[in-house]
Amino acid sequence: MSTGFLAQYGEEIATLTAEHVWLTAAAMAFATMIAVPTGIWLTRAPRWAKPIIGVTNILQTIPSLAMFGFLLPVPWLGERAARIAIFALTAYALLPILRNTYAGIRGIDPSVIEVAQALGLTGTQRLFKVELPLAASFILAGLRTATVTCIGIATIAAAVGAGGLGELIFRGVASVDNRLVLAGAVPAALLALAADGALGLLERRFKVAAR
Amino acid sequence: MSAAIEFRAIAVATPQGRRLLNDISLSVEAGTTTVLLGRSGSGKTTLLRTVNRMVEPTGGEVLVNGTPIRNSDLITLRRSIGYVIQETGLFPHFTIERNVGVVPEAEGCAPAERVRRSHELLLAVGLDPASFAHRFPHQLSGGQRQRVGLARALAADPKILLMDEPFGALDPLTRGEMQDMLRDLLAGLKKTVLLVTHDLDEALYLGDQIALLSEGKLIACLEPHEFLRSGMAEVQDYVQAFRRGERSARQVTRR
Repeated sequence: MSTGFLAQYGEEIATLTAEHVWLTAAAMAFATMIAVPTGIWLTRAPRWAKPIIGVTNILQTIPSLAMFGFLLPVPWLGERAARIAIFALTAYALLPILRNTYAGIRGIDPSVIEVAQALGLTGTQRLFKVELPLAASFILAGLRTATVTCIGIATIAAAVGAGGLGELIFRGVASVDNRLVLAGAVPAALLALAADGALGLLERRFKVAAR
Repeated sequence: MSAAIEFRAIAVATPQGRRLLNDISLSVEAGTTTVLLGRSGSGKTTLLRTVNRMVEPTGGEVLVNGTPIRNSDLITLRRSIGYVIQETGLFPHFTIERNVGVVPEAEGCAPAERVRRSHELLLAVGLDPASFAHRFPHQLSGGQRQRVGLARALAADPKILLMDEPFGALDPLTRGEMQDMLRDLLAGLKKTVLLVTHDLDEALYLGDQIALLSEGKLIACLEPHEFLRSGMAEVQDYVQAFRRGERSARQVTRR
């Protein structure tokens, strides 16, 4: 890409990247707030695990373009494109976070949980001192998968006018200008790589040595 | 002496109706060690776990220090009873020091006091705090981990100690060392101990009384010196079966 191109589009790329980050980050925050507590609850009521994880699984199979389309006529949500985007991205992020929270806690050595109960730790102490720290790297791995997926899906949010780097891609496709397509795709890919790397580091920090 | 633990006609059945324990009555005097001896599936672990209500009896009653525990506060009850299991269940993300002090920590004890208590107990179980306090469980050998498990169970100074095959996973040499250590430790501490094992020698060495269980029933409760001399067919069967198992294990090792 020539310096002329960057001079012309540099500012727009920066703005759209910031928008992209904001859409993804908001969706991740909502998804975490919903999926982590739900995952914890499922470990206490495992008979609900299959149906509820099943629902989030079905959400994931909806093609993203269709999902954005379905949400357009919904009252309140449809009024602002960013709302649609954040809602849809949240829905896509639920499964990996929920599944990993559930599996992470259920996968803890049963003797550790047994002793935590038998020594008289309260439910809250067991959760915050034992279960969450031991499942943390799993939960973060779920968050990482969700983030990387959503950075990709967020490019499609531009189809309903939610902004983000998809804007440049759609515009580039419409005007058959590959430079514009790349100007959207390359920063989106870099964002995904950066998020993957940063969350991967965090995940390793929380990994507990095996016995 | 009074009974620290009393089992009154304890029955435990699974929700499907399978009977795990049948009408077990047994009294454990304060400051003594009672061994629950039996084969796998005899119900000894289930009986042990009724004392801290990890298992709720479907019939009968458990009394601790003369009080029925059915309606006692679960957290208070469990914090007043030490618990040691074969797999140790050490918290892999805590240092040894924090593992040992976990019950005082749960009770809101000050950090400095927790550390002091934890070091004191590490010394008591034969681990030098200077070299072990800041290690993690995976950096310890099986025997060392079991010592930490014992120290943790003693941290809140419980009057009662429940031990479920505590040395079951250890090699014979380490096992012997641990039995010696436990015997010395208990001689000074005057705890009421309920210990589950299938190892007859361990039962004879550590027990003040031995309760033999089979298929969910209490067969006999005898002092060690009576146990080997008992004329009861079930007791003799167990002794013979255990010795036979030992002989064949030795032959396998020799080959």
